[in-house]
Amino acid sequence: MANTDEELRNPSKPPFRISREQAIELVIPVVAVLLALLIGALLILFIGKSPLVAYGALLKGAFGSKRDIAEMLINVTPLIFTGLSVAFSFKCGLFNIGAEGQFIMGQIVAAWIGFSLTGLPTVIHMPLAFLSGVLAGALWAALPGYLKAKLGVHEVINTIMMNYIALYFSHYLVMGVLKEPGPIPQTPPVQAAARLWRILPGTRLHFGLILALGAVWLIYYLLFKTTLGYEIRAVGINPHAARYGGINVSKDIVIAMSISGALAGAAGAVQALGVQFRFLDLFGFVGYGFDGIAVALLGRNHPFGVLIAATLFGTLARGAITMQSIAKIPKQIIGIIQATIVIIVAADEVLRRFLKSRGAATQALVEAGEVEGDGN
Amino acid sequence: METNLADVTIYIALVVSTLRMATPLILAGLGGVFSERSGVVNIALEGIMLIAAFMGMLVSHFTRAPWLGVLAAVASGIAVAALHGVLCIKYKSNQVVSGTAINLFSVSFTGFMLRKVFEHAGQSPPVPKVADWTIPFIEKIPVIGAMIGKHTPFVYLSLLAVVISHFVLFKTRLGLRIRAVGEHPKAAETVGVDVFAIRYLCVLLSGALAGLAGASLSLGFLSQFRENMTGGRGFIALAAMIFGKWTPYGTLKACLLFGFADALQILSQTLGLTFIPTDFLLMAPYILTMAALAGIIGRSVPPAASGIPYERQQ
Repeated sequence: MANTDEELRNPSKPPFRISREQAIELVIPVVAVLLALLIGALLILFIGKSPLVAYGALLKGAFGSKRDIAEMLINVTPLIFTGLSVAFSFKCGLFNIGAEGQFIMGQIVAAWIGFSLTGLPTVIHMPLAFLSGVLAGALWAALPGYLKAKLGVHEVINTIMMNYIALYFSHYLVMGVLKEPGPIPQTPPVQAAARLWRILPGTRLHFGLILALGAVWLIYYLLFKTTLGYEIRAVGINPHAARYGGINVSKDIVIAMSISGALAGAAGAVQALGVQFRFLDLFGFVGYGFDGIAVALLGRNHPFGVLIAATLFGTLARGAITMQSIAKIPKQIIGIIQATIVIIVAADEVLRRFLKSRGAATQALVEAGEVEGDGN
Repeated sequence: METNLADVTIYIALVVSTLRMATPLILAGLGGVFSERSGVVNIALEGIMLIAAFMGMLVSHFTRAPWLGVLAAVASGIAVAALHGVLCIKYKSNQVVSGTAINLFSVSFTGFMLRKVFEHAGQSPPVPKVADWTIPFIEKIPVIGAMIGKHTPFVYLSLLAVVISHFVLFKTRLGLRIRAVGEHPKAAETVGVDVFAIRYLCVLLSGALAGLAGASLSLGFLSQFRENMTGGRGFIALAAMIFGKWTPYGTLKACLLFGFADALQILSQTLGLTFIPTDFLLMAPYILTMAALAGIIGRSVPPAASGIPYERQQ
C-alpha cells in the first residue's frame, strides 16, 4: 500500500493524517456520480426539459410509495449479485465480462428445475432451483477460468464469446425442448413450490433481496476473513509473487471464476424464481451482467461498495421508468449517466492527478493546522 | 420445400450474402488488428460502429449526401476512438473497462439522440444511401458477375483495406514499428520509436475503420439507423481478428467464414438446412474462436504487450 511508503517517510505523522490515498479512493466514486448527474442534467436541458422536474420524477419513481420502493429493490437485487460477481473476479485480477452469459444460464436452468420437477415441498424445491441456477453460472464461468489457468487464454475474450453462446443456446432451448406449448417462446411457469417468498405484503418484493444481502456478507467474509480469500487477493495483486509464496495460482483462478459465475448465476436464478416465474426468450442481452461491471467499478470492488452502487443503479433504473412516463424524458438518459460514471471511474487517473495537485498545494496548510479537509 | 442444388441462383445468393455479412466484420476486424498490434485492446469496436452508424445516418439525412454521411461516420469513429486512446494511453486506464464504458454509452446515446432528433423510437426514417458500384467487364461475366460484379462500395473498400493493411503492417517501416510497439514497447523506444504516437495513430485508425464499418450498416446495406443495429458485430469482428491470428489476411478469411455461417443461417430454409438449428450456426464463430485460442485449431497468440499500458522510461 502507498500508506506504508508515506509512513516510512513521515514516521511522526498520526495514522489518520496519512489516509489521503484512501480519501481519494472514496472521493472518486462520489465525484464520478455527481459529475455524471451533472452531465445528465445538461442533456436534459439540451432537450428542453427541466432537470429538477426530471430528477424529481426519478426520485418519486423510486421512493414515492411502498410499491415503488419494493420495485426499486427488485431492480437492486440482481445488480448486487452481478456487481459482486464482477468485483470478485477483479479481486483475483480477472475480468469476468461474461456475467451476462452466466446470468442467462442461471436464469434458464433455475426456470427449468423450477417448472420441470413436481410434488416437491418448498423447502426443497426452492433452494434446489436456486442452487441449480447458481451451479449453472459457476460452470459457465469455470470453463474460461480453466482455459486461463491451464492455457493462459485471456478470460476477457472467452467470456465475451460465451455471452453470445449463452444467448443463442438459451434461444435454442426456449424454442425447443424447454418451450411451453403455444405461440409464445417461453418456458412453462415455475411451480409454486419453487418460487421465492414474497417478503413485503402487497408488493412483488421477494426473498432474493435477503439472499443478495447474505451474499454481500458471505463474499466479504470469504475475501477478508478466510485463507482462500487471502490467496485470491494475493493472486490479484501479483500472481508471480503469489506463486513464489506457495499459492496454487491456477487453482485459485478456476475457483475465483467459478464463484464469480455462481454469483451471476444467482442473479439469473432470482429473476426466474422471484420476478418472471419462467424464462422468456431473450431478443438481446438484458444487461444485468454488463451493469454489474459498472456496479463493481463504482463500488471499488468491495462488497459493501457494491451494495451501495447497486442501490444507486437500481434506483436510477426504477426511477427512469417514471421519469419517462411523467417527465417525458427518454430513459436512455440513465444509461448515459451510468456509462459516464464508468468512464470517469475508469479515468480515475485524471481525477487522481487533479486531486493530488490540489492536495499537494493545500498539504502544507493542512499540516500547519490552518485548513481542514483532504483537498477535494 | 424442395431444394434444387443444381440451381445456380442459390450459390449466387450464398456468395452475395456471405460478402454482405462479412464486410462490416472485415472493416471493424482490421481496426482491431491495428489497435491490438500496437498494444491497445479495443473492445469498443461495437460501440464505435454503433455511434458511427448513427452519425452517418444523421448527416446523410440532413445533407442528403450519403458520402458526407460516410465521412461523418469515419470522423465520429475517430473521435470516440480518441477518447479510448487518451484514457488507455495517456491515463493508463484499464483498456477493457474503457471499452466497456464506450459500449454502454453508445447504446444509450444513440437511442437518446434518435428520440431527440426524430422523436421516434426504434429506427430512423429512410435516408439516402451510397449507390452500388458496378465493376466493368466482371459485371458482364455470367454467374461471377452476379456474385461480385455489383455491390455496395463498402464491399470493395473492405477488400481493398485488407490489402493495404497487410502492406502497411508487413512491408513498411511504419508497420514494423507498430508491431515492435505491440510486442516489446521498451525495446522499440530504446531504438527511437515514439511508443505513444504509434499507439495513438493505431487507435485512431481503428476508430476510422470501425466508423467505416458502422457506415456500411446504415448507409450501405440498409438506408436507415436501427437501435442497436450492430447487434454484436463488433465482438464478432474481435473474434475474427483473433481467429485470423491478428493478421489482415487471416482476419479476412475468418470474416468470410463467419459471414458464410451467417449466410447459411439466413438461407437455411432455401438450402434445406433446417436440420441444423440456426442458433448453432449463429454460435459457430464464437465456438471456433474459443477453440482457436485454446489451440484446438491452430494456436492464436496475441501480441505480447497487448492490453498493457506503457510507462515511458525516464
